[in-house]
Amino acid sequence: MSRLRHADVEVGTELPERTFPVRRLDLVRYAGASGDFNPIHWNERFAKSVGLPDVIAHGMFTMAQAARLLTDWAGDPGCVVDYSVRFSAPVVVPDDDEGAQITVGGKVKAKNDDGTVNVLLTARSGGAKVLSQSKAVVRLAR
Amino acid sequence: MAINPDYLGREYPAPEAYEVTRGKIREFAEAINDTDPVYLDPAAARAAGHPDVIAPPTFPVILGMAGSAQAIGDPDLGVDFSRVVHGDQRFSHSRPLYAGDLLSSTTRITGIRSLGGNDLLTLETVADDADGEHVVTATMMLVVRGGDE
Repeated sequence: MSRLRHADVEVGTELPERTFPVRRLDLVRYAGASGDFNPIHWNERFAKSVGLPDVIAHGMFTMAQAARLLTDWAGDPGCVVDYSVRFSAPVVVPDDDEGAQITVGGKVKAKNDDGTVNVLLTARSGGAKVLSQSKAVVRLAR
Repeated sequence: MAINPDYLGREYPAPEAYEVTRGKIREFAEAINDTDPVYLDPAAARAAGHPDVIAPPTFPVILGMAGSAQAIGDPDLGVDFSRVVHGDQRFSHSRPLYAGDLLSSTTRITGIRSLGGNDLLTLETVADDADGEHVVTATMMLVVRGGDE
């Protein structure tokens, strides 16, 4: 994979949108890998008992998909210096073979003298904005 | 408020250092469906200038989850885990995590406040390597939903 160079990016450069699937199986695997076994992410009965429409994805799963947009774009999985998100709506994952879709995109908001850029990310699922104030500082190649 | 405000500033050191392993990185990378060779293949990672495979940028949530579980498991803090949802999350990296890292971490309660009938609890987990150098800080804000209590 070739690394994106700082000089080849401008303020306003867009990160092409990508759509990532999330199924119940993904949530079970993510629970095991991350150690987050909150039943709202795998137990429909429990999720509904606490007022949710259905099982919802781990916010951190969505955050990881948006990070993948960043690292694939930069061509460097070690590029992320700072990354923060607010989980503004849940990603509802139905119990079928398709699951849900998370569409992520981004735009360069600033170029910094230290070789980093500031990127604003967006993520939507089922018509809702599932991440807000999703910001990253990414170090690009010189 | 249900959360005990006296707990602001309280620290929860991890009981032991966390060893970052190739196997755990692979498991996490596969769980997020991101199989970049720099996460999986030591030769590819070295070719990219790293000493070993690196972990995905959100991997340190494992340390944050463990630290938050220590805090939430503290009965005097007064958090009902069944009412917790994740509000926001931040990672500040001094460098990527590498397989072979031995990370010491401490989780500190940096915020307790009420908003619209919910309690907001902020937990900051700082992880340093075996040389005492900062690697990553993971900051997690949890919303403890108010309700019928």
